[in-house]
Amino acid sequence: MTEAPRDASARRSDEHETGVGLPRLLWVPATLAFALIALPVLGLVLRADWPRVPALLLSEAALDALRLSLLTAGISTALCIVLGGPLAVVLARGRLRGLRLLRSVVLLPLVLPPVVGGLALLFLLGRTGLLGRGLDVAFGVTIPFTTAAVVLAQTFVALPFLVVSLEGSLRTAGRRYEAVAATLGASPGLAFRRVTVPLVLPGLASGTVLAFARCLGEFGATIAFAGSLQGTTRTLPLLVYLERETDVDAAVALSLLLVVVAVAVIAVARPRTIEVER
Amino acid sequence: MAAAAVAGLLVLAGCGGGATNGAAAGGSSAAPEDRTLTVFAAASLTESFGELEKQFETGNPGVDVVLNYGGSSDLAQQIVNGAPVDVFASASDSTMKAVSDAGLVDGTPAVLAKNVLQIATVPGNPKGIASFADLAKPGLKVVVCAPQVPCGAAAGKIETATGVTLRPVSEEPDVKSVLGKVTSGDADAGLVYVTDVASAGDKVQGVGFAEAAQAPTTYPIAVITDAPQTELARSFVNMVTGEPGQKVLGAAGFGAP
Repeated sequence: MTEAPRDASARRSDEHETGVGLPRLLWVPATLAFALIALPVLGLVLRADWPRVPALLLSEAALDALRLSLLTAGISTALCIVLGGPLAVVLARGRLRGLRLLRSVVLLPLVLPPVVGGLALLFLLGRTGLLGRGLDVAFGVTIPFTTAAVVLAQTFVALPFLVVSLEGSLRTAGRRYEAVAATLGASPGLAFRRVTVPLVLPGLASGTVLAFARCLGEFGATIAFAGSLQGTTRTLPLLVYLERETDVDAAVALSLLLVVVAVAVIAVARPRTIEVER
Repeated sequence: MAAAAVAGLLVLAGCGGGATNGAAAGGSSAAPEDRTLTVFAAASLTESFGELEKQFETGNPGVDVVLNYGGSSDLAQQIVNGAPVDVFASASDSTMKAVSDAGLVDGTPAVLAKNVLQIATVPGNPKGIASFADLAKPGLKVVVCAPQVPCGAAAGKIETATGVTLRPVSEEPDVKSVLGKVTSGDADAGLVYVTDVASAGDKVQGVGFAEAAQAPTTYPIAVITDAPQTELARSFVNMVTGEPGQKVLGAAGFGAP
């Protein structure tokens, strides 16, 4: 227990050269924390009925769910960037009255149980909802039970992840470089594009990964707002929930698929972010 | 994870009860002592079993009935994974079978009630749905249970029997979700149990159909092997399947077994 950590921390400090070794006491809770996350996943891996896994994952229902999950999580993440990015800038740099209140509202989806978020969306955009009624009457459009509803539910729950990450980066980056750019004659737009955006790119990247991961795992808001229909609204987590009613092995196999996709996304996006930060 | 957490809590609750009891309690002992009877029951039994819990506790002083409601398959999984339970009342034969296949059913399960499907429409039934076949009309937003859960299996049976193919906008993971989509006004109609329509009051309108009788859902109840309170468990099952239980269940809309 104590040997390996000392080696690891020594190596770490060599890399940084300026680093100071970690207090040894930290390793106990850190190991526990890691075990709390890793061991249940290990349990999932051990519980899987591996000979059946390929067939379970290649079923039409599973492929439809995977396709839908990737599609909706992709669109939702793009929406998070397009809408959440500017929101983060406003929160970090804006000079509005009541910005603090605005920020706590933006954080609400982190606190709300997702099912409640789904119900809230239903009360707003459902057929009898505040806006939904108007949409139905004026255009004959109803949102629940559509893929658009899945995207809305995912965007709702994932937005704060992107906004918080990016806002943090914007604050850390400060305004010095922009100020310098301005003194050198750059317009606010140019300074934003050429100075601010590159500075906060790592924060944007990690926020994007977090948002995508959250979209991929979204369950409660989707089932409450969008329903569950193969190929239209039944994403992987919804299929997992359903399959476990009759076939736990299928549910486990699908969960592993989610784990693999999530790990792949994090592995692809994460190292680059860290490199930039260094 | 949630199931494991619930099971964990129940383990704790079970331990607490055991510790205060001290020695194993005999069912026929004269002095009333504090005992806990743990009952796992299908969510659709919530209202009825809440009433029966009161009656049983009144008839058995010192006994605390602890009810854990949930989806039948969740409950079955918790029991198979070692949750300390005395009685299991399920909403489907297949989930009870999972428990008895694990060797955990004491004796043979008894049937406590039957339930049949009914169409739930938004109040006033604006789309004029009058039969099962009406649910297949184009442009109608119909919500059903997924085939993996008992209410969905029953709906599938009726489709096969009648030759009517439904095109639902959603197949929900449980019957209460179906009801929710109707009460929110987002679905025009849903297929739920008669008892769900009864419990929803005036939030939905029930439309019965004769074909429902072809796919009744039976609710089995059983004492769990090596139950901490075997005697109490047996007398609880007797009450539920006997006259007092049937009266309460009948009032909630359940059919006699």
